[in-house]
Amino acid sequence: MGNLRSVSKALEHVATRISPTIEVLVTSDPKAIRAAERVVVPGQGAMPDCMRQLTDSGAREAVVSAAANKPFLGICIGLQMLFEHGEEGDTPGLGLLPGRVPKFSAEVANSGLKIPHMGWNQVIQERPHPLWDGIADRSRFYFVHSYYPQPAERALTAGSCAYGISFTCAVARDNIFAVQFHPEKSQNSGLQLLSNFVQWRP
Amino acid sequence: MGLAKRVIPCLDVTAGRVVKGVNFIRLIDAGDPVEIAARYDAEGADELTFLDITASSDDRDIILHVIEAVAAKVFIPLTVGGGVRKVADVRRLLNAGADKVSINTAAVQNPALVSEASGIVGNQCIVVAIDAKKKGDRWEVYTHGGRNATGLDVVDWARRMVQAGAGEILLTSMDRDGTRDGFDLALTRAVSEAVSVPVIASGGVGSREHLADGILEGHADAVLAASVFHFGDFTVRESKQYMQSRGIEVRL
Repeated sequence: MGNLRSVSKALEHVATRISPTIEVLVTSDPKAIRAAERVVVPGQGAMPDCMRQLTDSGAREAVVSAAANKPFLGICIGLQMLFEHGEEGDTPGLGLLPGRVPKFSAEVANSGLKIPHMGWNQVIQERPHPLWDGIADRSRFYFVHSYYPQPAERALTAGSCAYGISFTCAVARDNIFAVQFHPEKSQNSGLQLLSNFVQWRP
Repeated sequence: MGLAKRVIPCLDVTAGRVVKGVNFIRLIDAGDPVEIAARYDAEGADELTFLDITASSDDRDIILHVIEAVAAKVFIPLTVGGGVRKVADVRRLLNAGADKVSINTAAVQNPALVSEASGIVGNQCIVVAIDAKKKGDRWEVYTHGGRNATGLDVVDWARRMVQAGAGEILLTSMDRDGTRDGFDLALTRAVSEAVSVPVIASGGVGSREHLADGILEGHADAVLAASVFHFGDFTVRESKQYMQSRGIEVRL
């Protein structure tokens, strides 16, 4: 499911600074996911493939249960899959959060903006959250995506971003935090967010 | 406020070493890709591009170790190109820690490679690199490091590659490459306006003004340069400060 290696490398990098006892494991084994203290679900490429792989690997139930009770971080398609439906390939998501994942519309493209939305954009922190600790409001994070989350409840939005339209780029509820951008590729701000996640006690 | 225009240093790597001179102060080993990558990262590079110019196919795997080592230390997007021939090459580079893979000659020889690879790893991971040379009032696509003319029109080819699944176009002017005369702005603008995906302008940068011109007049989404950064004419940060003074949105 995309470039897991970048995410695991960045997590290893921050984890060693926090505690030598933290182990970062890349796995699709449901037992390992159930045993983990916290779970990160990345995902790159296309939502239909990511959903299929999540199901085929047998990890789906374990991921759903992790999202119910463990510190849980979704990244990119790992965020998109949490919603009810993705426009990409008309794909049903996990439905853990109410909302949909539409494509940037023709209006965005017609206004001269390129799709995918690729590069460093400012993230507006819509509300305080432990995962924003030490990160200045409107810090830039690295994005690369053509579809964006559209939560059905405004309270889910923890961060937003402007690209032709204003869209939700970070969602939070209870033990779940999920971002459309790539913290593993967002230099210091991204490493800070991952470090916050590793230490997060929701 | 919005998306920043990107500045991308390019590192030519052969047999695990960065070639071309590097004039950083306090650099212990001027040929070590990890040290140079970390330096550009600290200076505010938005991404890094590695071009593997290794001649012998026996040494091709060395780039994988380079990327692994860089990816363990530098947490910004990494693009790798050079010698990518098949989907397995794309996978190996991504698994080593590359975020995007750039395909040039192989895309011309086998256009299906681009659609196949992007279908598997996603458009956002596939960059199609185009080497362009002026011919009359159009531009022609060249391959094999600029040695072979293909008869293909650059603008048509860029459109075709985006349809096939390229998530980004890395556009190099062969006429300007190495000249320090600035980008071919007409070429950059023609391609940028023809495709829906981001375009990286490359070839010819000799000054900070050239970088700004690539964005403002060439309408590029990102600008790539090698020697000006390697030789220390100015730093990545200085170039971004200058671009900002011209009204360009950058990450500082």
